Amino acid sequence: MEVPRHWRLRQQRYALVGEVCPHCDAKLFPPRDVCPHCGQEARTRFTFSGRGEVYSYTHMSDAPAGFEQNAPYTVALVKLEEGPLVTAQLTDLDGKPVEIGMPVEMVTRRIRSDDGEKGILVYGYKFRPVLAGPR
Amino acid sequence: MSDVVIAGVSQTPVGEHWDWSLRNLAAQAVQAGRRDAGGLMPQVVYIANVLASTVSHQANLGSLVASNAGLAGVEGVTVEAAGASGGAAARMAFLAVSSGIVDVAMVLGVEKFTDQAYAEAETALAQTMDADYESMQGATPTSQAALLMQRYLHDYNVQHDCFAGFPLNAHANAAHNPNAFFRKPISRQVYEQAETVNEPFNIFDAAPYADGAAALILTRSDIVPKDVGHGLVRITGSSIVTDTLALHDRTDPLAFQAAGFSIERACSQAGILPQDADLFELDDAFSIYAALSLEAAGFARGGEAWRLAEQGQIALGGSVPISTMGGSKGRGNPVGATGVYQLVEAALQLRGEAGKNQIPGARRALVQSLGGPASTAVTHVLEKLI
Repeated sequence: MEVPRHWRLRQQRYALVGEVCPHCDAKLFPPRDVCPHCGQEARTRFTFSGRGEVYSYTHMSDAPAGFEQNAPYTVALVKLEEGPLVTAQLTDLDGKPVEIGMPVEMVTRRIRSDDGEKGILVYGYKFRPVLAGPR
Repeated sequence: MSDVVIAGVSQTPVGEHWDWSLRNLAAQAVQAGRRDAGGLMPQVVYIANVLASTVSHQANLGSLVASNAGLAGVEGVTVEAAGASGGAAARMAFLAVSSGIVDVAMVLGVEKFTDQAYAEAETALAQTMDADYESMQGATPTSQAALLMQRYLHDYNVQHDCFAGFPLNAHANAAHNPNAFFRKPISRQVYEQAETVNEPFNIFDAAPYADGAAALILTRSDIVPKDVGHGLVRITGSSIVTDTLALHDRTDPLAFQAAGFSIERACSQAGILPQDADLFELDDAFSIYAALSLEAAGFARGGEAWRLAEQGQIALGGSVPISTMGGSKGRGNPVGATGVYQLVEAALQLRGEAGKNQIPGARRALVQSLGGPASTAVTHVLEKLI
């Protein structure tokens, strides 16, 4: 059931909490405590805005175990406005064609169901096309 | 540092071996490899495998393989680096023999993919990705490759069918490889009309996963039995380089930086340039990986490797022949064993035993295996010993 693992990742999954490097100001997601840009310790929490654009995408018809109910679904690399890329599903497309460069925003959705009815429901970030204009 | 030669090679056919288990496959390759090396007994066996602990519920292959394949008591451990496992195990054997501590080392690649239904086996493969941030989002190795291809089409403003040359070449070469899974050429029309599986990807852009086992025996040239009956191949360069596990942690995902660095290091150790090689057994688990590998190695500029395929430069008679025995696309992709198959095939080319696919006068080969999208890159330089 992997409860501790999902619990440990809740801030990343629900709120895109990463880190900012106090030495070179790089924004890091996922958090890793060591800045990949300058090599120094980076433990300062940073919450990402959740806004970004599609860097690449693919429509998946064959789903791996645990994701069958979602298929077909779209997996994307999203370029967050603060810099990092993140792997996530796109959602709420409503038949809208996906394009590289398309503005998207983070929403919280059910990601997968572990072990059927007796298992846990894993929630986390997905990205949807931006609904309104700039905030 | 001692010189290291390949004294023996072996391979089972690649395919769906319903009647052979992990241990059957391993034993066949071990026995055949020792026969090819004039009966040499290894002191250590490095086993390349990715899926046994999940697909076959089997760990500690060192003990299992040694005791089941006539190597009882021999030192044995598993080496795992996703799709680069075979190359990584060969690297360990190379280090062991070149250090002088080990006289004879065996590299055994073995993978049993078909013991689970496809969805379960693919989930097992997804363990080679970042579990917390990639596979948990529903991504798979195939979707990673599709993301790269989509971005490639966008950045270089090319159409999907520019990748046709890679599977066409692989299938044409596999047709003459008795150990290949798919021994049938395909036409451009078949490629262009194939079913899309992960847009923009079609079924011919991904190599088929399969079962197989292959082995190499590495030793010093003075230990090889005089009556071994075939040519010897020297390993003159060996390198492993890692990059980030997750694709999203890279500044330029299309760069395959580890693949490029690994080629540079292995070539500089061998004292050659990549262009000095007569063939390049690269990782074509996905057609986009073949293109990005050629570009990372410097055979083409970014966005132009597909032109090498269009112009026939990757074919047996071209300037940089790749997948000469079918590659993963045509021979089949036995994941952890693939890197060992690549080395066996390159060694056979240099021994002049590649049959209808023989590259005339081949003296030098580059062999590269990738774990994931070049999260690990292993390169070896092989040279015919004259």
